[in-house]
Amino acid sequence: MAEFSAGEEGKNRKILEIKNLRTHFHTKAGPLKAVDGLSYHVYKGESVGVVGESGCGKSISAMSVLRLIPNPPGEIVSGEILFNGQDLLKLTEQEMREIRGNRIAMIFQEPSASLNPVLTVRRQLSETLELHRGLDKKQSLEESIRLLKQVGIPDAERRVHDYPFQFSGGMQQRIMIAMGLSCKPELLIADEPTTSLDVTIQAQLMELIDDLRRTSGISVIIITHNLGLVARYVDRVNVMYTGRLVESCSTQQLFDGPAHPYTSALLASVPRLDSPRKKSMRVIKGLPPDLTRLPSGCSFHPRCESAMDICRKEIPPLEHIAGDHYCACFFDHGKYL
Amino acid sequence: MDAVEKEAKKRNYAVNMLVRLVKEKPLGAAGAVVLLVLLLVGVFANVLAPYGYNDMDLSARLSPSSPAHILGTDNLGRDLLSRIIYGARISMIVGFSVALIGTALAAVLGIISGYFGGAVDFVIQRFVDGMMCLPSLIVVLTVVAITGPGLLPIILVLGVEGGVGGRVRVVRGAVIAIKRNLYVEASRSIGATSLRTMAEHILPNVMAPVIVMFTTSLGSAIITEATLSFIGLGIPPPEPSWGGMLSLSGRSFMLIAPWMAFWPGLCLCVAVYGVNVLGDALRDLLDPRLEGGSGSYKIKKMIGGGFGGGIFGRRRRQKPENT
Amino acid sequence: MENERILDVENMSKFFPIASGGGAFRRKTADLRAVDGISFHIMKGETLGIVGESGCGKTTTGRCVLRLYDNIKGTVSFEGTDLTKLGAEQARRARREMQMIFQDPMASLDPRMTVGKIIGEPFRAHGEPERKDEIAELFRMVELDPNMAGRYPHEFSGGQRQRIGIARALALRPKFIVCDEPVSALDVSVQAQIIALLEGLREELGLTYLFIAHDLSVVRHISDRVAVMYLGKIVEITRSDELYSNPLHPYTLALLSAVPIPNPRLDRQRRRVMLSGDVPSPVNLPRGCRFNPRCPKRASGLCSEVEPELKPLSPGSDHWVACHHA
Repeated sequence: MAEFSAGEEGKNRKILEIKNLRTHFHTKAGPLKAVDGLSYHVYKGESVGVVGESGCGKSISAMSVLRLIPNPPGEIVSGEILFNGQDLLKLTEQEMREIRGNRIAMIFQEPSASLNPVLTVRRQLSETLELHRGLDKKQSLEESIRLLKQVGIPDAERRVHDYPFQFSGGMQQRIMIAMGLSCKPELLIADEPTTSLDVTIQAQLMELIDDLRRTSGISVIIITHNLGLVARYVDRVNVMYTGRLVESCSTQQLFDGPAHPYTSALLASVPRLDSPRKKSMRVIKGLPPDLTRLPSGCSFHPRCESAMDICRKEIPPLEHIAGDHYCACFFDHGKYL
Repeated sequence: MDAVEKEAKKRNYAVNMLVRLVKEKPLGAAGAVVLLVLLLVGVFANVLAPYGYNDMDLSARLSPSSPAHILGTDNLGRDLLSRIIYGARISMIVGFSVALIGTALAAVLGIISGYFGGAVDFVIQRFVDGMMCLPSLIVVLTVVAITGPGLLPIILVLGVEGGVGGRVRVVRGAVIAIKRNLYVEASRSIGATSLRTMAEHILPNVMAPVIVMFTTSLGSAIITEATLSFIGLGIPPPEPSWGGMLSLSGRSFMLIAPWMAFWPGLCLCVAVYGVNVLGDALRDLLDPRLEGGSGSYKIKKMIGGGFGGGIFGRRRRQKPENT
Repeated sequence: MENERILDVENMSKFFPIASGGGAFRRKTADLRAVDGISFHIMKGETLGIVGESGCGKTTTGRCVLRLYDNIKGTVSFEGTDLTKLGAEQARRARREMQMIFQDPMASLDPRMTVGKIIGEPFRAHGEPERKDEIAELFRMVELDPNMAGRYPHEFSGGQRQRIGIARALALRPKFIVCDEPVSALDVSVQAQIIALLEGLREELGLTYLFIAHDLSVVRHISDRVAVMYLGKIVEITRSDELYSNPLHPYTLALLSAVPIPNPRLDRQRRRVMLSGDVPSPVNLPRGCRFNPRCPKRASGLCSEVEPELKPLSPGSDHWVACHHA
């Protein structure tokens, strides 16, 4: 495994690059384009956010990376997912298994549903360690305890023998993180990792993930709808709407001056602790569209306040506007031309 | 495609179910046809039967099938076809009444027991326990021995015996699951009485298991009635019950007139088999987890990325690969 | 009129027995002290927010106020009537005036009823005729098309379902509504729509809300006053602006600092208070101040010995805190 450990060679090396990914689902009402031409990349040691409302394809794109899309009804129609330069979509299922959990780990929203309720934490942790890292029973127990300590579970020596239900929701998510880290992955995908948890527990866990990233140089993709989490824990943001990227930029750029009308509306529609209390929120009209019946042109145009004629006819491409800032909107193309 | 789906939505729930039954469960649909035919035969028995069920033609005793008697005659010269047709009427009367009484009892007791819980639940469940530890056939035999055989005692004893038993448990379980839904509490917060909540929210939501229960108890009631008549404690002769026709006379003349036992036996088998496959098909169709047809629900869940089991179940299944 | 208290809660407690054994052999072994002696009031037309983490008793508080439970200790007076003294049938009638909006709009709507029937349920429950025009008016009040009355809940999106839940709560023109996490299950852009709708209805119909949520930014936005709960107790209660600009209880401080602000530069400048550990179980409460095992301040031995009382900062102040060191 030595060749995968963090080397100094690539601080600016792209560990993951998604190119023009299309993941569709076949439904009675026709193809449902959950992800439709998505491209983004993650540098080594970086934390990238994927933001959007439910149904925007953020979770599906992450599951596509691990090829966890059930087929049928789902299908990765086209695109490339380059992990360290290797296209994951071209690998066999056998090779993919080597990657999953081993080099790319994923943690989900609902920890209680992701842990096997009839096995002790030790069994679940050591299974991975013995399988992927070839440790023997004694070593795997020691390593399990070390991992639990690393994710901040008190009294790890004793609690490693407990069952998942004996832990609180926050502790279960810590165990999931420990399992995700057990094989020293290069990339951790966290799909709404704290949505079902309380704010103080959420803060603890996000700090934990952030610390791990800083100390071990692992790259992190955080999928969330919470813009506050993005502001605090993410270096670069990708904003998704109906399966496409509408804006991609550094976190500071996003909050300083979002370019896409959807992004700015999203930012304006959350109540914030730092704005005057009675300031009325701007409300985005309407609902995200049905993915099987997308509007023509830019899919956001029926809800957009600056929609023009061209928006109804053509799909705006993702264009470079400044520095590391990309946006898919005709309105802004005009502004920056 | 779109218009077709919208049209389908507008159609009545029952019609929709029927379409799905034929499309997805052809065997179940065949069972439904069998039941429907039996029902019609039972209702129009006096029109359909060529002879009365007790009309004896002593000159044509034990005759095999002939143009005059298509299925032959019995040892008293009665037309077998007519007796089977009238027998269908008895089977249907007994079957439906027993299933109705039994299911209604089980539903009412189960809903009360599950909804109120506590002491009410305790009393009802211990009573059900008591009933369940008595061998049912013995209970029925004892009661019939006291009241004497007849249509009404059979219906009552089978109905009550079937209703106060395991089926109460099935309904109670379903009710306890439904009761946890927020809309039940919402109904209380609006100010609805318990009775209204049970009628408006609990009952419609337990209808699926209750309907399945109805069909299965229909099948078992037909069989039990035949059994009782077979041992002479069911419908007294000369009323033509299929079980009775199989019994004494059927057996005694087995070798010289096999058709006397064959035809009623065949009818019994087909009827019960049909009802049971219908019940199985309904169980699958009414399962709310499968509602809305193949997979569309699951896709919605995935895309929504939201809460709940569907997607996580799938993820867990993927688990062995990545651990 | 304006300065009238619509709801007055005095020393209210609700314990749930933890029992072992079954049926006739059930024995109470302990109490889960979900709500443990809290007092607050709500003025007419005011919105009181309750925040806290899961298990702090905020949802139980909402349900006690509607008297959805029996065996509530203390008094809950709604417009002068003590609800805890009412029998089940009287309490049911009293619920005409007070309604509830639930967190999960899908679970709170019966999947087998059309939304028209769902919105008409309050009329049926109180033996009133279901008038078509009245139901259509309710649809319009929550900005839905009355022609959709014949559809089923699963045909609607989350935000629309929550609108249906709101219409049902408004049907009998109540004076007071308990909103139990009404927007937590919704998408960000839809959250804003529902909050705006709730605010509009409050102005239009002169409603009073008890707004329960765990999202501090949402509560701050909609509430006039906010109560912070921890393990069945109110630890701090005051005006919204005051609470967020001058939080005094260490728990309030920690809660606030756990919420990231959607602005990286500002967020980095904020003081961060991290809490360690989980919320203790409401069955085995810690001795002294309930917060003391997790408290970053824990200034004195007093904290682990004596439970602090909720009292005003200075006599007459509307800022009440339960901390020995506030």
